[in-house]
Amino acid sequence: MSLLTVSASPHVHGDMSTKKIMWGVVYAMIPAMLVSIYFFGLDAMRVIFIAVAASIFFEWAIQKYLLKGSNTIMDGSAAITGILLAFNVPSNLPWWIIIIGALVAIGMGKMSFGGLGKNPFNPALVGRVFLLISFPVQMTSWPKASPIIDGLADAVTGPTALGVMKEGLKAGQTVQELMTSPEMPQFMGQFMGHMGGSMGEVSALALILGGIYMLWRKIITWEIPGSVLISVVVFSGIFWLIDPTHYVNPIFHLLTGGMMLGAIFMATDMVSSPMTKKGQLVYGVGIGVLTVIIRVWGAYPEGMSFAILIMNAVVPLLNNSFKPTRFGKEVKHG
Amino acid sequence: MKTFKLGGVHPPENKLSAQAAIEYLPLPKQVTVPIGQHLGAPATPVVKKGDEIKVGQLLAKASGFISANIHSPVSGKVFKIDDVYDSSGYRKPSIIINVEGDEWLENIDQSKDIVKDIKLSNKEIVDKINEMGVVGLGGATFPSFVKLMVPEGKKVEFLVINGVECEPYLTSDHRLMLERGEEMMIGISILMKGLNVDKALIGVENNKPDAIEELKRLAKNFKGIEIHPLKVQYPQGGEKQLIQAITGKEVPSGKLPLEVGCVVNNVGTALAVYEAIQKNKPLIERVVTVTGKSVKKPSNFMVRIGTPVKELIEAAEGLPEDTGKIINGGPMMGKALLNTDVPVVKGTSGILIMPENESKRGETSNCIRCAKCVQVCPMGLEPVYLSKTSKLQMFDKVENERVMDCIECGSCSYTCPANIPLLDFIRFGKNKVGGIIRNRNKK
Repeated sequence: MSLLTVSASPHVHGDMSTKKIMWGVVYAMIPAMLVSIYFFGLDAMRVIFIAVAASIFFEWAIQKYLLKGSNTIMDGSAAITGILLAFNVPSNLPWWIIIIGALVAIGMGKMSFGGLGKNPFNPALVGRVFLLISFPVQMTSWPKASPIIDGLADAVTGPTALGVMKEGLKAGQTVQELMTSPEMPQFMGQFMGHMGGSMGEVSALALILGGIYMLWRKIITWEIPGSVLISVVVFSGIFWLIDPTHYVNPIFHLLTGGMMLGAIFMATDMVSSPMTKKGQLVYGVGIGVLTVIIRVWGAYPEGMSFAILIMNAVVPLLNNSFKPTRFGKEVKHG
Repeated sequence: MKTFKLGGVHPPENKLSAQAAIEYLPLPKQVTVPIGQHLGAPATPVVKKGDEIKVGQLLAKASGFISANIHSPVSGKVFKIDDVYDSSGYRKPSIIINVEGDEWLENIDQSKDIVKDIKLSNKEIVDKINEMGVVGLGGATFPSFVKLMVPEGKKVEFLVINGVECEPYLTSDHRLMLERGEEMMIGISILMKGLNVDKALIGVENNKPDAIEELKRLAKNFKGIEIHPLKVQYPQGGEKQLIQAITGKEVPSGKLPLEVGCVVNNVGTALAVYEAIQKNKPLIERVVTVTGKSVKKPSNFMVRIGTPVKELIEAAEGLPEDTGKIINGGPMMGKALLNTDVPVVKGTSGILIMPENESKRGETSNCIRCAKCVQVCPMGLEPVYLSKTSKLQMFDKVENERVMDCIECGSCSYTCPANIPLLDFIRFGKNKVGGIIRNRNKK
């Protein structure tokens, strides 16, 4: 027997590790990955591969040559950023734009703050928004979802459901007319993912499956996705009830655009979301309300990314303002 | 199932010695009895080198209000009085006795007969418990008589008895409840009389169904004693958590259980009280669990105070080959020992031997702000924040965030996926803030 180890309690440790959490998130994204490949074919695989490889490469390179720290590329967080970035872009995006996106996401969004755990903003969203404002044309030409079984994906592009709605309303059409227009996917299509849009956001079903998995593994709690989705329903529902010809119903909001992807995978990013339950609820409501505001009145048809980034900036304030319920209310003085 | 409201974790229980009946450990050749085995001031020795002494004889007298008498656990000759390393890793004044025979003071009732009638008055009970050196056997070793002296203006409603044993591995309280239930019940009745309350509530975690059943059976013959099975959740045995789980009451920050009309005592203490009052027997022995995954014979021993830990390990068929760490207490709150020469004291509930591969701490990585430590903190604190501000020595912030409320249960460190030793930093902060508060009060 060698010398006894002496250290302070506790002497046992739970089975959670950063690596397990991060790879758990990756597993949770598998259904959405499969759906994106099903609808967008080999193109989707290409985007995911380039985004993940570039993200891991940039993290490795920055750590090795700029930060000169030990390498953490295997903790899974770079892979998550890569997959999320891929989920947030059209499947026909040129390869070099994807690489620029990964560089911005990892380099500016994450490593410039010191790496995992220190970034105030969701890195994938930083990358996505950068691409959206730098390459607006490429970032908004959405290939139509055409399942592999219908024959190989053709090059037809079209607007997203939210885009159709936005343009139509601007042109003076009513919600009812737009909902029945041939360009508009039906509810079931929206739910399953049979519509145009960013690769990973099209299938609410696949994303919800991933969310259930993360809840079960206790990687996320219900507070953030729950408050985002509920506040969207309530807030958009109020306008819909007031004037259903100009405002879309809440279900449409839930199933289109990046709503599910954002609520389940992006807003719940541990690093950039609040720590306390109360803070998380306020954060979620903030995201929900901002998303609806941007979607209804903003210049962009979609508002999820902006809403999350804006609320990311508020997180330190939320952490300071919303403390957990302390045991025994009285405060001790001396 | 009842439990406390905030936080908590559920480490693997590993109650390997749960089926091992309590065995009497043979007398050691020499015992080392530290004179500070309790919270508060160390006692003052009343014997000197060369004195012949009997079992139960007073060795050191309590000095100060919060202190406790120390009695001889063996008969023989005082070998020396000297500073000796104890389980804290510091040298503490101790009385070392060479054991000769096993001769007890005549007034101690050594028979196995159970004495039911409680003859003493309230005041006599408190004095006797004080005289017999009874301290809380749950771990904090607070002198028991102090808890019975209820200050003017406070009213005790419930006596809460802690039979939770929420630390993984430990089974000493479990075995006591099973084997010495009746005496324990009488002890509880004595405490009720001493406190002048008519209700005692025993909390037992649900992973000890046999003990719950046994106590329920016994409780039928005792007035005012109720058994409350509790959900298995660490740290259910924390005083404040236990009170909340059973009575729903929340002890205010910085206050004692008395504030909400409760007094908490451990089941082992109840048995010690029975022996002190009914048998005239001072606190000279206790049950200690010896356990661990590689230990050949996980056991529960009735051990005389002062017995070196190595003798207990020998009795459990020796130190395993792969030993990496030896812990005095449980894996969540116990202290790692430097060696096995240290003696068993009143507060020793178990000796846990951990294999080498579980002994080393894992590698630490960046905090990912997952907030798991916040979710599991039973006191509603933010360990991540406390540990960060302690590390940065921002002690005013540390104090404002109520670091003194931390019960050092270790749930935060246990759960941290980045393996950050949160509690290490918080202890540092707590220590500093404690000093700052004491200085401020002096002025």
